[in-house]
Amino acid sequence: MIEFDLAETPIRELNGRLHKLPPDTNERAWRVVNPRGAHSVAVGLTQPIEVRIEGHVGYYCAGMNKEATVVIDGQCGWGLAENIMSGVVRVTGNASQGVAATGRGGLVVVEGDAGARCGVSMKGVDIVVAGSVGHMSAFMAQRGRLVVCGDAGDDLGDSIYEAAIYVGGKTGRLGADCVEKEMTAQHVADLRALLDRAGIEADPAKFRRFGSARKLYHFDVDHADSY
Amino acid sequence: MCGIVGLFVKNPDQCASLGANLSRMLIGMTDRGPDSAGIAVYHDPSEAGWCKLTLFHPDESYGWRAMGGELAAALGEETDVSLKANHAVLSAEAEEGAVRAWLAEHHPEVRIMGYGTLMEVYKDKGKPASVVDKYGIAAMAGTHGIGHTRMATESAVTTEHSHPFTAAADMCLVHNGSLSNHNRLRLWLQRRGQTFESDNDTEVAARYFAHRLGEGASLREAMEAGLKDLDGFYTFAMGTRDGFAVLRDGIACKPAVLAETDNWVAMASEYRSLAGLPGVEAARVWEPEPAVIYNWSLN
Repeated sequence: MIEFDLAETPIRELNGRLHKLPPDTNERAWRVVNPRGAHSVAVGLTQPIEVRIEGHVGYYCAGMNKEATVVIDGQCGWGLAENIMSGVVRVTGNASQGVAATGRGGLVVVEGDAGARCGVSMKGVDIVVAGSVGHMSAFMAQRGRLVVCGDAGDDLGDSIYEAAIYVGGKTGRLGADCVEKEMTAQHVADLRALLDRAGIEADPAKFRRFGSARKLYHFDVDHADSY
Repeated sequence: MCGIVGLFVKNPDQCASLGANLSRMLIGMTDRGPDSAGIAVYHDPSEAGWCKLTLFHPDESYGWRAMGGELAAALGEETDVSLKANHAVLSAEAEEGAVRAWLAEHHPEVRIMGYGTLMEVYKDKGKPASVVDKYGIAAMAGTHGIGHTRMATESAVTTEHSHPFTAAADMCLVHNGSLSNHNRLRLWLQRRGQTFESDNDTEVAARYFAHRLGEGASLREAMEAGLKDLDGFYTFAMGTRDGFAVLRDGIACKPAVLAETDNWVAMASEYRSLAGLPGVEAARVWEPEPAVIYNWSLN
């Protein structure tokens, strides 16, 4: 275990060392202490290492993550795991806005609540939030799954493409072109597997599924007056 | 981009360290606002029948004591002046409105930064560390305070354009964001008797809330009305004689984080501003929800 104290060493030094790790590195377990709300902690990782951050972080933690597992034992500012490609990012507390924005793959787990625009423009990432999410979550979501065990704020799934949304609690007003869809046995089984992978306990049979009505995909002559 | 902070003491034992903690929070927001900084501290209550005003003149050798003497003679009452760089705290055994009217008539070159019986306001150009040092903020005890670090986007970098903005006795406002309907709202408020000292959008918001409070609204009611009437992006922190409130617009593009312990409630644009507060590791930390009014009161 390699320990890094951000009270003593600048964030650029930490990220620089993590970026230089070769694929066959033996330095696979890292512990970061005293982040004190610093931005961009453990961003741009490309190797299958594990980084545990003890304390609260600022913006863009674990952004662009590839292969690595990043655990934040604390709260997160906005842009957690932005554009994640693969790997796992987990936060034990709450996360602010824009969790996994534009994320293309991997898994992001928020054990507390997430703020507004969770999963905005997600393109393949799986996001599991044990608590609730704020407004405009999964806005323009294209691929991947957003699982919300608690409640979802207004305008959920606005302008959604082919991503899937599962909500265990209440939903506010749904966004444009987002509709509730049938929850089949296959969806329950898929959701159970995802919840298990995320280590979040919840009964998948109690979730509702939302997705695109596919009415915004093409020009519709019947809506000509609205354009 | 700007940084805003607010600290409200719940446990009176913590009042002694208010200024030190608030200074630390403000310095923590330097990256968000290196142009100017300002702070309002609620402390050192005036004696019954007295008021206090924080005054500013760019010339540090301005004749504050002579002015205090003139005022005492004019009012036939006692006055007291304490100096802090280019600011002065003027106390007078008089009604605050009478003092403000006298200043406007006899010393229009002096700018009134804040007035009331508790609140003192210090603001200046420069980085937060130099501003808090210049005015000795760290040594101030008190119940609550708010602060602002400014990166100007909308109007000039001057002391006058720095936050907090005051629009009523012991009331002030700091703002991160920009209002889009401030010109129309300024006209609306001017027609209702509010007078303005700058072209700044935040001053409009401060006078809007003061107008609503003046109509008899509670702090919560004034903020509810603001949600309807103020258009634009904002995270506000407001201080009043006995209260502290936080409000974000419904879109919530501007950041905010709240932290609360048994001893204090703190608000900042980013967590790193709060990282030095005593006991913050064990605090409840969360993001205030959009269009939800958070307020705390001493009573």
